[in-house]
Amino acid sequence: MKQEARAPSEKRGGGQNTFSYYPGCALKSSAREYDISARLCCESLGIELRELADWTCCGASSAHATSDVLAVALPGKDLHAASEAGYPLVTACAMCFSRLKIAAHETADMATRTLAGDVSGNIVPVMHLLEVIDSRLASLVPNKGLAGLKVACFYGCLLVRPKAVAIDDAENPQVMDRLMRTIGAEPMPWAFKTECCGAGLPLARPDIVRRLSHRILLSAAAVGADCVAVACPECHANLDMHQAGMGGKHGGEVRVPVVYFTQLLGLSLGFSPYELHLDRHMVDPLPALSSKGLA
Amino acid sequence: MAVEFEPKIVGFLCNWCSYAGADMAGTSRMSYPTNIRIIRVPCSGRIDPLFVAKAFQMGADGVLIAGCHPGDCHYAEGNYHLRRRFALLRPFLDYLGIDKERFRLEWVSASEGKRFTEVVTSFTEQVRRIGPRVALGGPRAETSPAEVEAH
Amino acid sequence: MFVCHCGTNIAGVVDIARVVEAAKRMPQVVYVSDNKYTCSDPGQGSIKNAIGEHKLDRVVVSACSPRMHEKTFRKAVAQAGLNPYMLEIANIREHDSWVHAFDKEGATAKAIELVRLAVAKVSRDAQLHARQIGLTKRALVIGGGIAGIQAALDIANSGHEVVVVEREATIGGRMAQVDKTFPTLDCSACILSPKMVELSSHPRVTLLTYAEVVSVKGFLGNFEVEIRQKARKVDHASCTGCGTCWQKCPEKVKSDFDLGLGERTAIYIPFPQAVPPKPVIDLESCRYMKYLAFTASGAEGKKPPQCRICEKLCPTGSIDWEQKDKILTEKFGAIVVATGFKTFDHSAYGEYGAGAYPDVITGLQLERMMSASGPTGGEVRRPSDGAHPKTVVFVSCVGSRDEAKGRAYCSKVCCMYIAKHAIMLKEHDPEVQSFVFYIDIRAGGKGYEEFVRRAQEEYGAIYLRGRVSKIYQEGRKLKVLGEDSLIGRPVEIDADLVVLATGIEPSTGVVDLAQRLSISYDTDRFLVEAHPKLRPVETQTDGVFLAGVCIGPKDIPETVAQGSAAAAKVAALFSQEYITTDPMTATVDLMKCTGCMLCAQVCPFKAIGSQTMRDGKVLANVNESLCKGCGLCAAACRGKAIDLRGFTNQQLLAEVTSLWQ
Repeated sequence: MKQEARAPSEKRGGGQNTFSYYPGCALKSSAREYDISARLCCESLGIELRELADWTCCGASSAHATSDVLAVALPGKDLHAASEAGYPLVTACAMCFSRLKIAAHETADMATRTLAGDVSGNIVPVMHLLEVIDSRLASLVPNKGLAGLKVACFYGCLLVRPKAVAIDDAENPQVMDRLMRTIGAEPMPWAFKTECCGAGLPLARPDIVRRLSHRILLSAAAVGADCVAVACPECHANLDMHQAGMGGKHGGEVRVPVVYFTQLLGLSLGFSPYELHLDRHMVDPLPALSSKGLA
Repeated sequence: MAVEFEPKIVGFLCNWCSYAGADMAGTSRMSYPTNIRIIRVPCSGRIDPLFVAKAFQMGADGVLIAGCHPGDCHYAEGNYHLRRRFALLRPFLDYLGIDKERFRLEWVSASEGKRFTEVVTSFTEQVRRIGPRVALGGPRAETSPAEVEAH
Repeated sequence: MFVCHCGTNIAGVVDIARVVEAAKRMPQVVYVSDNKYTCSDPGQGSIKNAIGEHKLDRVVVSACSPRMHEKTFRKAVAQAGLNPYMLEIANIREHDSWVHAFDKEGATAKAIELVRLAVAKVSRDAQLHARQIGLTKRALVIGGGIAGIQAALDIANSGHEVVVVEREATIGGRMAQVDKTFPTLDCSACILSPKMVELSSHPRVTLLTYAEVVSVKGFLGNFEVEIRQKARKVDHASCTGCGTCWQKCPEKVKSDFDLGLGERTAIYIPFPQAVPPKPVIDLESCRYMKYLAFTASGAEGKKPPQCRICEKLCPTGSIDWEQKDKILTEKFGAIVVATGFKTFDHSAYGEYGAGAYPDVITGLQLERMMSASGPTGGEVRRPSDGAHPKTVVFVSCVGSRDEAKGRAYCSKVCCMYIAKHAIMLKEHDPEVQSFVFYIDIRAGGKGYEEFVRRAQEEYGAIYLRGRVSKIYQEGRKLKVLGEDSLIGRPVEIDADLVVLATGIEPSTGVVDLAQRLSISYDTDRFLVEAHPKLRPVETQTDGVFLAGVCIGPKDIPETVAQGSAAAAKVAALFSQEYITTDPMTATVDLMKCTGCMLCAQVCPFKAIGSQTMRDGKVLANVNESLCKGCGLCAAACRGKAIDLRGFTNQQLLAEVTSLWQ
């Protein structure tokens, strides 16, 4: 991978379907299934992901709270590497996406660029995996792979805010809904698509995370969703891992499987639930999927 | 030559905005250098590039054009036409050997007496810095009125 | 040549004697004098005397700005027998003495050059003659809302014929949809209906409903307008409006007039008090029309029913399936545009459900429900289950004052109609509790502020300063999340009904119409008045006037006032027997013109057309009635074949040249 990215002769070899891929820390650890399913889907769709050589921390979630310079300089280093490689930079993690895209946006301002130093003038576009797949929806053969599955698409905060770096409307985004519809699932209209899941508070204030995530899950259950689809490892952790501790004084028990959109896409592309690591979640999605004949 | 060079500047001002703006500078008793000679035109879009060329041919040290702000033209779109002509004329002047900095386009509304004052002052200073110029096809016109008469 | 001292305004800075001496030496100058105040009676008298005494044929006045006294001096020279356009003014006050008070030497030198410049121009002045053209004393009013009704009635009552063109099947416009008006709570229909009837029965008014303006040609006093009378499929000459057809028609569709809350039939009148009270057939929903379309398409399958029930039941045989769209060509002297508005489509607000929640409605929809002749017979009911709402939340500024939605402007009436709704809801049902989320309360107007206070103090509406961040369905209730920014706390309300105060935007198609009329519109598509303060109902196109909300949001009294104002302008225009045109127009030298028609392309007023010469050449032709004298064409003409009277190429070049003489 490293050699590929560095070899100048390779720079133009990949064409439009080649991207530098920035996995980020979560996809290498707690959200491995997201990384694995994303790679499987992309391979199947003819999208080449070349892992960015020597990538480092994007700065989430503390850099921008502590240092203006580091908040740009940390993702700036990765942007610089991506610009060297010459391909658009794609990431599947909403937090990494937000940090990288904001850094790219802010370095358009010369003053910030001077502060952050290491960022080159020509920055490659930063994209979220959802955008990449959405731009290829036309080439994705519509199928009935997930027919009957009711999905509540959860976008969280960082994909749609702030406006300058958002991939879709902040109030009623549609990009994941479109994908779900294309692969035969039924995206449910619901009101909590972009509500706060509790974000980075699971260790400091798990009570807040549980309260906020509980509301989201209750709302998904209320519209009859079989599962919640996410595009962010943080959302997934909060909605999935903390589900066991929800309920009680916050209201009724709730059991809604939370899966990555790439896992659903993978199912429709013919991968098995085990290849997609659907068995790695705390709330087992397999019963819900098998009841629809999907697993 | 005098201690300080006094340029001669021709100003073409549209009747509805900039000429009124220049009037406003007067009624507000503002003050600017005396170098500019104002010619009134109904609309900045009336200004034929020929007029500008003629002024430079006669020996003008600078030409200022002022019209309504974009979108405010009394005739809806005259100033847009002028802006395009200006964009084409400027490089052409350069080609003729006339410093582009001697030719300026400004938007001055009827209420912008102060702005008109600032524009004239800064433009006069600018032209003064560039210094006198040699008229097209001959020596500086001021020094040779005979030639002008012959025209 | 007359040099003015203007008291000390000029003479205090400029050495008048030197200017006079220099002027005497200028070529073609035969007489020079100076006056204390040239604009005064004696000053003007001295000009007139000198013209007679010295046989002057051109005059230069060196004084203040021509924008000040050009007209005064033109009149003076005309009284002395000269053509009024044989006059030029050297502006040695605003452009000289007043701005160079500290450089008397420079100011005097400049004054001399400005005088020379004016002499150069005046010696090339030509005699110009204002032309007089006739006018058609007949007005067109586009739009049959309250603005158009008022304008048409006032014009008709001043003795002139009026044609009103209305796109819908009835006149009345938005005001007809409103139940009551603020702040007096007058019944809207009760004050509007008599005006509608008055208009339709006025001997000098022709009402063309279900019609649209197709094209506009001509100019002030002489417009030629093509109007499409859309096919109604009902012969209004014989129809009595008995109502049998619309009572029996089996095809029901959602009513536009009731904003989707109620139903109407395929053959319909929009509402019971419609004027004219005669129906039209909606071609898209009529069963017979669908049958005809199906048959014509040659498609396979089951044919829709032929229906034609209205035809069978009509006692006067007025159903006319053969009726087609008709184009009428009419002549007018003036046009009043009163095209009104529509309300903002709130589906742009994802946070308010993007139009998906049935119990999130608009203010105008609530208005229809409150109307006794509305879809619910005057009862306020939740569209989802028909229940009477007890907790109602109003959200102001939906599609107003929101740059993120591309609507930066204030819609002006929403604050007031929210207060009205809160009062009326309480009167309908004392158990109703209203909550109003607002940014600011804008209640400027007679009795308006007091009205809002009544809503709060007497009718118990709770006003919360802050925006609503989210609305979602939770069971049968709507959860409204907002903020009370005065106490800095989030607020959650479980509402039965949410009313969005959707803002005002110009009617559909107004841009097309504006282009047909050569009038301008702003970035929000509101039409632009000739001057926002001093010419509020006129446009840059002479003879075209504006009234009402098509210019910008406003309430009913202001709209009515503008309707009358536009009518007054029309009446003043029609009080003349002919129109005098400004002679400073473009003119074509046919010997030089090559017919490239570049001038026609650049002309902002479509004043240049073509004319075919006897030898078959097609050359440019200026319509002097349309030409406004901007001179764009003269600057654009490659062969210098087109020139501008009063500012000819020769004159302007001479002015430039004069500076080096």
